[in-house]
Amino acid sequence: MMDTNSPDTATATLLSVQNLTMRFGGLTAIDDLSLDVPAGSITGIIGPNGAGKTTLFNCLTGFYKPTTGSLRLDHPTHGEMRLEALPSHRVARDAQVVRTFQNIRLFPKMTVLENLIVAQHNVLQRASRFSIAGLFSLPGYRQAEKEAIERAATWLQRLRLEHLADHAAGELPYGIQRRIEIARALCVDPVLLCLDEPAAGLNPRESAELNALLLYLCRELGIAILLIEHDMSVVMNVSDHIGVISYGRKIAEGTPEQVKNDPQVIKAYLGEDDEDAENSGNAVTEGAAA
Amino acid sequence: MSTVVFARHAMTPAERLRDAGWVAFVGLILGIPLVGLTTVDVGGRLAVGTRFGLLAAAVATVFAGRLLLHWALDQARNRKLARARASTATAADRAHGAQKAVMLLGWVALGASVALPIFYSDNRYVVDTATTVLIYVMLGWGLNVVVGLAGLLDLGYVAFYAVGAYSYALLSTQLGWSFWEALPVSGALAAGFGILLGYPILRLRGDYLAIVTLGFGEIIRVILVNWTEFSGGPNGISSIPRPSFFGLEFARSAPEGGQTFAGFFGLDFSPMHRLIFLYYLILVLALLTHAFVSRLRKLPVGRAWEALREDEIACRAMGMNTTNIKLSAFAIGAMLGGFAGVFFAARQGFISPESFTFTESAIILAIVVLGGMGSQMGVVLAATLLVLIPEFGRNFAEYRMLLFGAAMVLIMVWKPGGLLSHREPTVRLNPLGKPAAAKEAA
Amino acid sequence: MAYALQQLINGLTLGAMYGLIAIGYTMVYGIIGMINFAHGDIFMVSAFIAVTAFTLLAAADVSSIPLALTFVLIVSIFFTSAYGWAVERTAYRPLRGSTRLAPLISAIGMSIFLQNAVQLTQGARVKPIPPVIEGGIVLWDTPAFTVQIGWSQLLIIVTTVTLMAAFTWMITQTPFGRQQRSCEQDRTMAALLGVNVDRTISLTFMLGAALAAVAGVMVTVYYGVVDFFIGFLVGIKAFTAAVLGGIGSLPGAMLGGLLIGLIESFWAAYLWAEYKDVATFGILCLVLMLRPSGLLGRPEVEKV
Repeated sequence: MMDTNSPDTATATLLSVQNLTMRFGGLTAIDDLSLDVPAGSITGIIGPNGAGKTTLFNCLTGFYKPTTGSLRLDHPTHGEMRLEALPSHRVARDAQVVRTFQNIRLFPKMTVLENLIVAQHNVLQRASRFSIAGLFSLPGYRQAEKEAIERAATWLQRLRLEHLADHAAGELPYGIQRRIEIARALCVDPVLLCLDEPAAGLNPRESAELNALLLYLCRELGIAILLIEHDMSVVMNVSDHIGVISYGRKIAEGTPEQVKNDPQVIKAYLGEDDEDAENSGNAVTEGAAA
Repeated sequence: MSTVVFARHAMTPAERLRDAGWVAFVGLILGIPLVGLTTVDVGGRLAVGTRFGLLAAAVATVFAGRLLLHWALDQARNRKLARARASTATAADRAHGAQKAVMLLGWVALGASVALPIFYSDNRYVVDTATTVLIYVMLGWGLNVVVGLAGLLDLGYVAFYAVGAYSYALLSTQLGWSFWEALPVSGALAAGFGILLGYPILRLRGDYLAIVTLGFGEIIRVILVNWTEFSGGPNGISSIPRPSFFGLEFARSAPEGGQTFAGFFGLDFSPMHRLIFLYYLILVLALLTHAFVSRLRKLPVGRAWEALREDEIACRAMGMNTTNIKLSAFAIGAMLGGFAGVFFAARQGFISPESFTFTESAIILAIVVLGGMGSQMGVVLAATLLVLIPEFGRNFAEYRMLLFGAAMVLIMVWKPGGLLSHREPTVRLNPLGKPAAAKEAA
Repeated sequence: MAYALQQLINGLTLGAMYGLIAIGYTMVYGIIGMINFAHGDIFMVSAFIAVTAFTLLAAADVSSIPLALTFVLIVSIFFTSAYGWAVERTAYRPLRGSTRLAPLISAIGMSIFLQNAVQLTQGARVKPIPPVIEGGIVLWDTPAFTVQIGWSQLLIIVTTVTLMAAFTWMITQTPFGRQQRSCEQDRTMAALLGVNVDRTISLTFMLGAALAAVAGVMVTVYYGVVDFFIGFLVGIKAFTAAVLGGIGSLPGAMLGGLLIGLIESFWAAYLWAEYKDVATFGILCLVLMLRPSGLLGRPEVEKV
């Protein structure tokens, strides 16, 4: 189930955002945005605070209904799906587009293991046949539950969280909670994994580990990743492709190298002043090197 | 918001006195209009009566009580500190200990409840009260699904209890159905009502949901009071048939072609037989409920309820259909309430809207929250306390509800998380008792 | 037509009283986000204080109505505010920052406690007082029906409007209003900026209780009877009014109160009087389903 993306689709477009606009009353948070997310690669989304990055995620994952525009997903098994027409739970369940949150949203009183098992709810619920098979603990359900636990344990092991499996998730340190949230999202078996600032609040060592994890997920397991991030050391090092958003519009797109040197991007991040433009270019570069 | 706890300095005796004096002064202000003054009916007109002696006594009691309370709190705090210093137990050990204590409490409670009628086989009052406790335990377990597990605040739970009770009452008196035939149908009806009500309102956020469910409870009651042809109005429905023991009636003389329980077993007729039978009946129903809910909690649907309570948005991001999950919690809670209602009608033999007021909903909710949200054993503990507190107050009967209200406030202030707030995980990767992995992490 | 006009007057009077009580719910909800379930019983306590005060005045042979009303209002507001303060201090403040349900349970307990305390100390029987204000203005005299606005009704409506104006001024213009609004938005930040949060919350409870006291006096004047159980239903309807208007909004509470009052009196007059509570709750459910933020509440964008 893990390798839903076969290698030959690696260059194809997985998600195509076309002319997306999202308005809240008078405020236009996203303005006619178009963006392609290739399959089997890591796409970074950067931009100043309030640029509309999280709003893009919310539109993508069904939490907001876009005012206009389309979100086409080329699902490896179901074919083309229109994400803007799906309610949020179907985006995760059927389209397998799964997200994490900027302000971590775990189930704090439940243990880490339970968090990961809840993420497999739909598979288990089907196996429990409306809880009937579950109530009587029939073999089919027992098997499904065992597999779910094993699957959760595998991810916990990979993210080095195994020893914390039975701790209440809400009581663990921030950096660990971030990792749990990623592990939980992976348990939903994503085709596209959307990470909203996964490096926020991590120390340099943890950031480096995150880089390794993202590369592993993408290169080894073929999961496409869409990444919102402010930490340049993460975005610039792992992204195959970067889109830059400012005031709800896409102002640049390209490889990390291209984006880094784009005058528009530098302007968006550091203002109009020409004198500073050169330094700012360095700032972004240094950030990447760090 | 995190709170910083500073070490509290111990109060000096002078400060204590000043504090108690201040509280007594507030007590005096509050007491003047209600305790010190009263209006009495003198020949059709009201006249003001004074009770300053009583007021003085009340204020003095408040003063002394405040001093005593502080003293007791200090003692408790010191003991706790001493114990914390002495013990070297880790959090995991404590959790393990708490779990074992709850398990033990459960087994003791089970043993006691099975044995109770044997020791009190001729004490009508004890068996009756114990039956009442069990009804509340069952209602608490039902509401626990909705409030404790799924986190949906339902202030109108009594409506489903009423649906169950009236379904049985009408099915048995109008159509002649027996208890066992009516039980599943009434439960299904209550669940149906749950879905019917739940579908439109479950997307409301917490407090709005609370007020709408409260409104629903009141609507059901008002309809029962006013729709006389259907429900008998304020007079209710009487002579509801009692459940039989596999066809054996609990009566002095056998009905035509039937046999009595006493006759069949060759016993002397005693009205206690039926009471004890009813007691065991509700015990079995309650235990089935417990087994059912405990099992559900460990199934995907139960975990989904808890996840929903913790974070609804995260649930949706995990691909869970939150509407269905809420509906399932509402329907199952309603069904269990309906079962309890059927039993209630069968036990009383008479029901009227009087039994299904908001106070009843409040009591059931209080049981769930006082027990500790989601804790099955907590419900048992809280139901026992809340039924027994008014019973102990029976000698001065008019103070029962006063004590009840005060107890609710005090227990909440003392333990906001409920009496048993420990949550046992539904599944563990490393079973307890082998904390090696946990220590490695630390 | 004449009959409808009379219902309008009656509905507005009733609605004004619901509105006064609803403000207490809405302010408390706004500042600490809890349903102060005992608020209806605070109102009930105030009505009993009013009965005692009126009876005292009658015994002292005070015949000036304005004087009597002023005295009763002051006494009732004083003691009822003390109750509001004490309830917050004992039942809610220790629970601040705990789960959402804990203060609600505590509030329900407090409501039961107050009801029974009053029943014990003042008796379970209905307390009637002789009419305080009689007569009124005949607005429209048709052969079939006489439309009349009672002096007491006029008093209630005028008092409510005045209080509303005063309250709006206080919340928007005074330092206390600013502190109150700041606590509403972010209690931690308000505390960091030097607002005494505890005091602000206490004052909010006292003000809510004071308004309930005014309503309690008005109810006593208008109906002439009180009993220990009036707090429950009136409380729930006032809360419904607060939700209907959009909880947290003062004008919303007033508007909700008026609507509930009007709905109730018209429903009772033209449809089935015995089902008037069903109407109130039914409309509440409809409004919440169609417009969950209430009539004047700010619509909430779901924060993800």
